[in-house]
Amino acid sequence: MAEASDPGTRASAGGWPRWLRLPPVLGMVLALMAIWYVAVVPMNVKEVLTAAERAGVEVSPPSAVDRRDMGNWALVFRNTHALGNSWSSDRPKLPAPHQVLVELYDSTIDEELNGRRGIVRSGTLSNRSLVYHALVTLNATFLGFLIGALLGAGLAVGIVHSRVMDMSVMPWAIVSQTIPIVALAPMIIVVLYSIGVQGLIPKAVISAYLSFFPVVVGMVKGLRSPDAMQMDLMRTYSASTASVLTKLRLPSSIPYLFASLKIAIAASLVGAIVGELPVQKGGLGARMLAGSYYGQTAQIWAALLVAATLAALLVYAIAALERRTLRRMGMMP
Amino acid sequence: MTLVIFAVLLWVLGFGLNVMLANGPARDTGAVRLAVPLIFGLTILGMWELIVRGMQVSTVILPPPSLIAASFAENLSTLWGDFVQTILKGALSGYIFGCGAAFLTALLVDRSDYLRRGLLPLGNFMAALPIVGTAPILVMWFGFGWQSKAAVVVLMVYFPMLVNTVAGLSETTAMQRDLMRTYAATWGQTLWTLRLPAALPFVFNGLKICSTLALIGAIVAEFFGSPTLGLGFRISTSIGQLDLGMVWSAILVSALSGTAFYGLVALAERRMTFWHASHRGGR
Amino acid sequence: MLSDEEITNWPEAETATAAPVIRADHLDLTFQTNDGPVHALKDVSLDIAKGSFVSFIGPSGCGKTTFLRCIAALEHPTGGSLTVNGMTPDEARRARAYGYVFQAAGLYPWRTIGRNIALPLEIMGYSRAEQAERVARVLELVELSGFEKKFPWQLSGGMQQRASIARALAFDADILLMDEPFGALDEIVRDRLNEELLKLWDKTEKTIGFVTHSIPEAVYLSTHIVVMSPRPGRITDVIESPLPKERPLDIRDTPEFIEIAHRVREGLRAGYEE
Ligand SMILES: Nc1ncnc2c1ncn2[C@@H]1O[C@H](COP(=O)(O)OP(=O)(O)O)[C@@H](O)[C@H]1O
Ligand SMILES: [Mg+2]
Repeated sequence: MAEASDPGTRASAGGWPRWLRLPPVLGMVLALMAIWYVAVVPMNVKEVLTAAERAGVEVSPPSAVDRRDMGNWALVFRNTHALGNSWSSDRPKLPAPHQVLVELYDSTIDEELNGRRGIVRSGTLSNRSLVYHALVTLNATFLGFLIGALLGAGLAVGIVHSRVMDMSVMPWAIVSQTIPIVALAPMIIVVLYSIGVQGLIPKAVISAYLSFFPVVVGMVKGLRSPDAMQMDLMRTYSASTASVLTKLRLPSSIPYLFASLKIAIAASLVGAIVGELPVQKGGLGARMLAGSYYGQTAQIWAALLVAATLAALLVYAIAALERRTLRRMGMMP
Repeated sequence: MTLVIFAVLLWVLGFGLNVMLANGPARDTGAVRLAVPLIFGLTILGMWELIVRGMQVSTVILPPPSLIAASFAENLSTLWGDFVQTILKGALSGYIFGCGAAFLTALLVDRSDYLRRGLLPLGNFMAALPIVGTAPILVMWFGFGWQSKAAVVVLMVYFPMLVNTVAGLSETTAMQRDLMRTYAATWGQTLWTLRLPAALPFVFNGLKICSTLALIGAIVAEFFGSPTLGLGFRISTSIGQLDLGMVWSAILVSALSGTAFYGLVALAERRMTFWHASHRGGR
Repeated sequence: MLSDEEITNWPEAETATAAPVIRADHLDLTFQTNDGPVHALKDVSLDIAKGSFVSFIGPSGCGKTTFLRCIAALEHPTGGSLTVNGMTPDEARRARAYGYVFQAAGLYPWRTIGRNIALPLEIMGYSRAEQAERVARVLELVELSGFEKKFPWQLSGGMQQRASIARALAFDADILLMDEPFGALDEIVRDRLNEELLKLWDKTEKTIGFVTHSIPEAVYLSTHIVVMSPRPGRITDVIESPLPKERPLDIRDTPEFIEIAHRVREGLRAGYEE
């Protein structure tokens, strides 16, 4: 019987020499990259073999129809000699990481510096560049986040101060989140379009819808976080509701607020991207849809990478703001 | 115009009733807790109907609830087919597979400190990413059928579930672990009697978050290609035909499924984590 | 960590009939912390005979908990040797030689009182019938019969602590290690539990190691009182109690009792002044 070993001894029990041991996160990322490069081979094997056949290389089985019904791995092992182009094929099902990076470079720096429509030659961002599309998405994200956060915070203050609000609105706020908003997205956009509202606002509405809920929940929790003793102290001062709110409830809710804002901004970005799907007027969502339409996988992956980077940066920015604010308020060393 | 005035009257009536109920003597009974949000919801529905009719809003912009209900009743069989395709085949199968895989990964990760310290930050990072964006890629790989929708759902639910389960599994206190050591309990025994029960609140938190993500994933993936049924397909085609009654009916189906799905998970949570401080509500 | 060769340093431990149940010899334990080493135990030598009730008393931070945890193999000494039932502490732990009662009850909130007490029995593979029988017996012993189906959070702190003692008594370990089990309870409840513990000890003839920082509690309960002092943690005195095994609560007002309490207090003070 293997007994539970305690974590303390587990950490030091690793058999690797110290200099060979990578920091865990780096190790995982490298492992993922390795898996990705390996996966590229079976994922693209059919297209690669067809291209190789055309170039006169002998492939087994020779008929593309036979190949279609075979497993990818079986094809890989029967044609190890003809797989040299796996990592450089034109329209790969799965592009290799470096292909995505090249596409990313082409559609950002290269497009802006050397492209005919790039910022260097035309003075405005090229509508073919990911920089432009990222900014379009970012605008909607920010606007939606702002609306959502303000709405959420306002609703939370109302809920904390009014029993009726608490009892009637809170259950519906929860229900509203179990509704897959994206189902509403195309309709919101089309309806708003039909009454003449288009561009930023419809996307921001979806972003706001996704980001208000975490803020409501977090703020309600935060505004209710002062304990009975702190509230009693306020009562002994016979403090007004407003001063209890500004002097006690709001300051105590700040850590909760920031925790929710981090979730809200990530949700807001998702909302903006989803909002760009129905109307193809720029943005990372539109880029992804276009990429899928034309079979440009590297383009989808590049847009995805930009979206991921944006998400990480936004969450990081909120976290930095959180640290600064909490430190200034003396809630953090 | 009179209808709009009726709407205002209805609001005053409904809200006044709620104020009375919420501050009245029976305010903490279960019946009132259920009645107040219901009255609120019905009031909003009534106002919606009255205002849309009173101001003669075009049904293309906002159809009244009665029209949606009629359209819903008329198209029951179509909507049932969409429900089966999107919710049962796409969302549910992906949800079960994704959450199950994440749970097993969490058990594995938990045995190795290196894996945990490597995968947890990565999982946290991935959980914040707009994974819906992988939908076009997965639709390309797995085709237009429900399998590609399930694949999107798997990806979407995997990381939130993983992060929550791993966090839950380390939720035991040093004293509880020491106690198991004094019994010379095996890893399996410690897992079964201590760490899994202690992790349950976190596991359910993950399951609840994932229940909404699953529906989002399944519906968004349909925007990138689907057979001629499914809720996402229905919404995007009906919008093209300006059949807003159908659009709203499909939205109603997804809303009802989403609420029911979440409700079921929340119910299971209540039954299995009744002991947790957040459910006890005092002694 | 202790290795096998250290057992062989004590060949007589296995042969002699009156061999101590727990034997510590020049035990050292140093924690490596970020602000340098902490000498939690230094040169601790102590024999605990079978059936004795040994209290450890001393100011907080003097290593009482650490010593108890060493016996339980939850902590590994950095020097000296320690045997439990003639085995290394780790072997003794695997042989399920002792029950441990922590400072807090630490009952699992998702299990009823009955199932909490059955926890070690489940882990040790007792049959269902035996589990039920033993749970009923120890519940009776700690006067909690009728609360079997309740959840821990539905019980008062004193009742929870009694349940945790029952949990340690449910299986056949002849050593009971208790780390300030009544520290968080009020004096009245504490007195009652002390009385019950003595009765229990009398009935079961277990060897008990008991950590406390209350002088009256130590004197009232023990056959031996081990006085410890901090920085580095060590034993400054071992006082053998002349009190009879039969101890009503009002024995605390007798001159003998006050005399021993006085000696303990002197020992504690001496430890400080050194
Ligand atoms: N895990 C640990 N790591 C570092 N130092 C510890 C640890 N456990 C206890 N100590 C230190 O060892 C000393 C003795 O602690 P302890 O045995 O808990 O004292 P007591 O139970 O007598 O109050 C203290 O100075 C404490 O800070
Ligand atoms: Mg202690």
